[in-house]
Amino acid sequence: MKWNRIQKIALQSIMKNKMRSILTSLGIIIGVCSVIVMVAVGQGSQAQIEKQINSLGTNLLMVFPGSSNQGGVHQGAGSMNKMKLSDCEAILEEAVHVKYVSASVRAGGQIIGGTGNWNSSVEGVSEQFLDIRDWDLASGEFFTVKDVKYKKKVAVLGKTVADELFPDMEAIGEKIRINNTPFTVIGVLEEKGQTGMGNDQDDTILAPATTVLTRLKGKDKINMIYVSANSLEEIDAAQAEVEEIMRREHDIDYGDDDDFQIRSQTEITEMASETSETLTLLLAAIAGVSLIVGGIGIMNIMLVSVTERTREIGIRLSIGARSHDVLTQFLAESITLSFIGGVIGILLAIGISLFMNNFTEIYTVINPTIVFLSMAFSAAVGIFFGYYPARKAANLNPIDALRYE
Amino acid sequence: MKPVIEMNKIVKNYAMGDVVVRALRGVDVIINESDFVAIMGASGSGKSTLMNIIGCLDDATEGNYQLDGSNTNSLNKDQYADIRNQKIGFVFQGFNLLPRTTALENVELPLLYDRKERIKNPRQQAIKALESVGLADRMDHVPNQLSGGQQQRVAIARALVNDPAIILADEPTGNLDSKTSVEVMSVFQELNEQGKTIILVTHENDIAQYAKRTIVLRDGHVIQDDKVEQQQSAKKVLANWIEE
Ligand SMILES: Nc1ncnc2c1ncn2[C@@H]1O[C@H](COP(=O)(O)OP(=O)(O)OP(=O)(O)O)[C@@H](O)[C@H]1O
Ligand SMILES: [Mg+2]
Repeated sequence: MKWNRIQKIALQSIMKNKMRSILTSLGIIIGVCSVIVMVAVGQGSQAQIEKQINSLGTNLLMVFPGSSNQGGVHQGAGSMNKMKLSDCEAILEEAVHVKYVSASVRAGGQIIGGTGNWNSSVEGVSEQFLDIRDWDLASGEFFTVKDVKYKKKVAVLGKTVADELFPDMEAIGEKIRINNTPFTVIGVLEEKGQTGMGNDQDDTILAPATTVLTRLKGKDKINMIYVSANSLEEIDAAQAEVEEIMRREHDIDYGDDDDFQIRSQTEITEMASETSETLTLLLAAIAGVSLIVGGIGIMNIMLVSVTERTREIGIRLSIGARSHDVLTQFLAESITLSFIGGVIGILLAIGISLFMNNFTEIYTVINPTIVFLSMAFSAAVGIFFGYYPARKAANLNPIDALRYE
Repeated sequence: MKPVIEMNKIVKNYAMGDVVVRALRGVDVIINESDFVAIMGASGSGKSTLMNIIGCLDDATEGNYQLDGSNTNSLNKDQYADIRNQKIGFVFQGFNLLPRTTALENVELPLLYDRKERIKNPRQQAIKALESVGLADRMDHVPNQLSGGQQQRVAIARALVNDPAIILADEPTGNLDSKTSVEVMSVFQELNEQGKTIILVTHENDIAQYAKRTIVLRDGHVIQDDKVEQQQSAKKVLANWIEE
């Protein structure tokens, strides 16, 4: 029998039983759509975290105080911390694989200036900080080697701070007071946005590390050191050099443990993406459950409808359809419904994902493999359960099928 | 005259658990081309069972059934299906129309399953068949929008749309009033005049008088097989119909 005639019969049957057709497709639509969206959310957050970490800087190494065998990155800046500005100078001078170095000294503070009063944090850094972080100025200029050397009281404001203190005037040239110490604003940073965890990166003030140490902290311990290697290939070499220099600077004997630890950006990326991979896996598992539930829905409708349709099968057989014709019809019906359902599911998922990207904080990335897999799974369920029970009915003799209750 | 149906010692048993229902107990029947046979008998005598076997809808338990000169025992399922599609038109006791499907689509259906595609324009042929049973104005109605008599006629149109040599009808007038019954009989008589072999089941003697021959079944045996002395013409009866 010609395929187009079977197709005509199958299409007729789909149209005559709209409710059944809609319910069957709905199972597939929900299954496909939820899997795609769930995985897209998971992978979106993963992608965002990675982007975030990459935006920390290029070819970055970070040196933290604390012994690595005591576990954890932050041992606090307590008694263990022996890191000083001189470490930075030594690294910059001696390490051949290192391009930029900056200390980081953090101090919280009450900022007064312009029209307002704002609580923010001050980060004391070197003049190379912007190169390391791959950050730019929106206006004004950054402090220089001289500013750092002579502990100038100059500050560069993050976008948020600038907007808070100087909502409708130029910040540059203005005086602000950080914990009562007067600073002159010389630049405003370009907007960087939020981190994946929702921290506002623009709510910060940069000042020379030397100034922050003497004026705001009153001690010489620094929180961490940023090191930027010459290139991606030289990161390992740079790490070895930095370790050697730091050990010498801190007078650590051969065989003793480091009193600092070095983390490379890749390590941090790996750590963070491990967490987000777990999240993706969790979401995928939930989506998998909904796919299975959708599959069971399809299965039920198909099984029930074949029971209902045994009489129909009997009628078709009695007027001369071969069992093969009836089976082909059922197959054509379930393929059509699975296909339509799958396409609608995919379109819906794309719509939801676009909506999330544009109108919510959730960032999503659609994975083509998952699109394909979920579609294949739903289609397989639809086709199998459309075909398998129909096969039993199509092999009855017409009279038995007609009598079926 | 060439015999189209030759049944030899046909037995049909239904196994119902431990009990065996012997619906047919050795039926011998020969029916010639262009004959018009009415099968009669009490309820449960095996009329429908016999019709189903003649119509290749069911197999006999024992016996030999030759259709159009070839033995049906040697046929496979698909060949059975093709015979149902091309040689036989079957009108069921309960119509068996597809629900939610228009009269036209119901009638067209056997043509869609005709793998020889003898009829090039199924839709046109289906319209002709419906016109011949007087349902030209009901083609787009679905079964539950049609009266019993109209559904019966859709079922008849479906049985004759493929131009089969044999038309089988199981109590085609069972649910109809007397005038509609005669109208339906006139359709069958017309088909018979065109050379088709007609076999129908009826309980009513009046209806049997429109046939050429009557066969009476009792408890799965043929107990009587007579020529109708004075075949009635349904057309004439209708022409002289006086409304009560
Ligand atoms: N599928 C079946 N299973 C068991 N017994 C059956 C089956 N079909 C028919 N029978 C039995 O076979 C016998 C003949 O049934 P059949 O339907 O041929 O009678 P009938 O002459 O057509 O009756 P009616 O005039 O009521 O239609 C009955 O006793 C019936 O109970
Ligand atoms: Mg019967």
